[in-house]
Amino acid sequence: MTDMTMIEAIRTALGRALQDDADVVLFGEDVGIDGGVFRATDGLIQRFGAARVRDTPLSETVIAGMAVGAAAHGLKPVAEIQFMGFLYPAIDQLANHAARLRNRTRGRLSCPMVLRAPYGGGIKAPEHHSESMEAMLAHIPGLRVVIPSTPARAYGLLLAAIRNPDPVVFLEPKRLYRALSEPVSDDGLALPIGEAVLEREGGDVTLVSWGAMLMETRAATDMLASEGIEAELIDLSSLKPIDRETVRTSVEKTGRCVIIHEAPLTAGLGAEISADLAEHCLTSLLAPIYRVAGYDTVMPYPRLEDHYMPSAVRILRAVHNVMEFE
Amino acid sequence: MSDPLAFLDADGRRLRDLPDFASDGETLKALYAAMVRTRSFDTKAISLQRTGRLGTYASSLGQEAISVGVVGAMQDADVFLPSFREHGGQLWRGVTLEELFLYWGGDERGNDFAGPRQDFPVCIPVASQFPHAAGVALAMQQKGERGVAVAVGGDGATSKGDFYESLNVVGTWQLPAVFVINNNEWAISVPRKEQTRARRLADKAVAAGIPGEQVDGNDVIAVREATTRALSRARAGKGGTLIECLSYRLGDHTTADDASRYRDEAEVSLHWKREPLTRLRNHLVEAHGWSKENEEALLRSCGDEIDAAAEAYLATEAESPGAMFAHLYASPPREISAQAEEFGDD
Ligand SMILES: Cc1ncc(C[n+]2csc(CCOP(=O)(O)OP(=O)(O)O)c2C)c(N)n1
Ligand SMILES: [Mg+2]
Repeated sequence: MTDMTMIEAIRTALGRALQDDADVVLFGEDVGIDGGVFRATDGLIQRFGAARVRDTPLSETVIAGMAVGAAAHGLKPVAEIQFMGFLYPAIDQLANHAARLRNRTRGRLSCPMVLRAPYGGGIKAPEHHSESMEAMLAHIPGLRVVIPSTPARAYGLLLAAIRNPDPVVFLEPKRLYRALSEPVSDDGLALPIGEAVLEREGGDVTLVSWGAMLMETRAATDMLASEGIEAELIDLSSLKPIDRETVRTSVEKTGRCVIIHEAPLTAGLGAEISADLAEHCLTSLLAPIYRVAGYDTVMPYPRLEDHYMPSAVRILRAVHNVMEFE
Repeated sequence: MSDPLAFLDADGRRLRDLPDFASDGETLKALYAAMVRTRSFDTKAISLQRTGRLGTYASSLGQEAISVGVVGAMQDADVFLPSFREHGGQLWRGVTLEELFLYWGGDERGNDFAGPRQDFPVCIPVASQFPHAAGVALAMQQKGERGVAVAVGGDGATSKGDFYESLNVVGTWQLPAVFVINNNEWAISVPRKEQTRARRLADKAVAAGIPGEQVDGNDVIAVREATTRALSRARAGKGGTLIECLSYRLGDHTTADDASRYRDEAEVSLHWKREPLTRLRNHLVEAHGWSKENEEALLRSCGDEIDAAAEAYLATEAESPGAMFAHLYASPPREISAQAEEFGDD
């Protein structure tokens, strides 16, 4: 076990995958000698060579589309989109090809590719560098969408994504790249995609969150505990598929739920979880389900960014509302 | 600027010495038969569509020489990535008539062809197959295979970023890929000259630093020769090539289109004089003793084979509806299994 930040854990998982499987190739913008703009691939070109760690020309269409072709022809590409704001051209390839190739050929061809992209705000990046548009991707049938919230989960889930026989979008909360570290062992063990993590047990209210928002949510649970409110905390980890059972089981116990995400409120994944609970857990509910989310605004420039991001204070306010609901 | 590569003129007269493969009568007869088979399939597909027994269909009428010439030069281990108009190429590669009918009849199993298992299915989002070809070529390069990825798209497709961007990476990485443009002068209702001010679509290769060549796309010998050269360049590690095949869309864009809304019948008639089958037939008659009997026998055997395939397609029951859940993922997530269960198919 070594203490690792999330960026180190990601780099370690990528190195492990390159080491273990000759079919794994990395490509993207600046992933070679520069090691990626966040250094996720730092040192990998030196270890594995320029044929397996490739700087592509600057084209998101090619990064995604070439991954589709390479995956269908036997490689396991792990492609990087430099920032989520530049992922939109890749959606054509994800939705129209990666996610359907298996289905439309009835299994003759498949697409074992991973598309990695840093997402989310909080690092005062220029415009177009801070969006959280995971719900757009989670809406695409045939994809999987994963977001880790700790270094160890990043390591295990990235290995799972790379080994998955179908396409996985792996979104990295860039605010967490260096924000926390924990012991991670480079044991090559993958974590299951599609399973949420019950981070903390509590009987009063269920908090569901993912990615960087776990920071605020964890802080909020601590503050709530000091008030005598025991929150159960779930890191969803997988946005598609969603581990509905874990969320339902928790809410059946607590009767209350607050969902926290950085992405805009409307048609965000909080709505999906809320609808699922309304359908399946209505009789357990003691209060309305609340969502604490980003506003339906364009992500503000860095000076106003903090005002956009859901804060622990907003989470507390929502929890107080559901606790006091009569 | 050189003229488009051509060996036979519109009447089938030799313009210059033929390449070696084309001195062999049997090879030329096989190419001719493949084009006739493609056209017969086309006729049948349109008639099935008109009678409500096939979905919207994109005819390849007049462009048979492109697809057949291109894949005729390919090897089995190469990978073909067609647009939606390259039936002739798919058939030559070994996709069956019945599988093509299934696909155009709205059945995914038509893409699960028994033939060239590594070939891509038809690509509908215009130009999006070109990045795939770059990816396949990358995989081939990486794995030390000697194959080549061959993608075909239309003149309209060359206006898309997908086309330029993947042509660019093919050049940059010297990938073993051949991009073929079926320039049939139309992208639905938009004529070629309104697509770009570029004088030749082949010139778009200049920006990628790879060779771009224009060929008479109605001359199957020229198409095959240009493709053969491009494939051997790619196999020798010398990278990709862009081939622009000049042809014409003699039919409507698809069975859902009415081309009389936007183009003159006179233009179409003019192009009928240059279509690809007549010239090769004339050459076969003149140089290889192709007889009226040969011609009739070929038409009859194509017709019989296609009728039988259509019958088999029409007799094929739709998949059980649960199939829509069954093939999305290698192992379906619970969400999908739950929806499949709720749907409750057998
Ligand atoms: C990305 C995309 N935009 C629009 C369409 C609708 N569409 C289908 S074919 C076509 C024209 C294509 O023209 P061209 O590339 O010349 O190919 P052709 O149909 O002539 O073979 C259009 C606009 C599509 N399939 N994909
Ligand atoms: Mg066209």
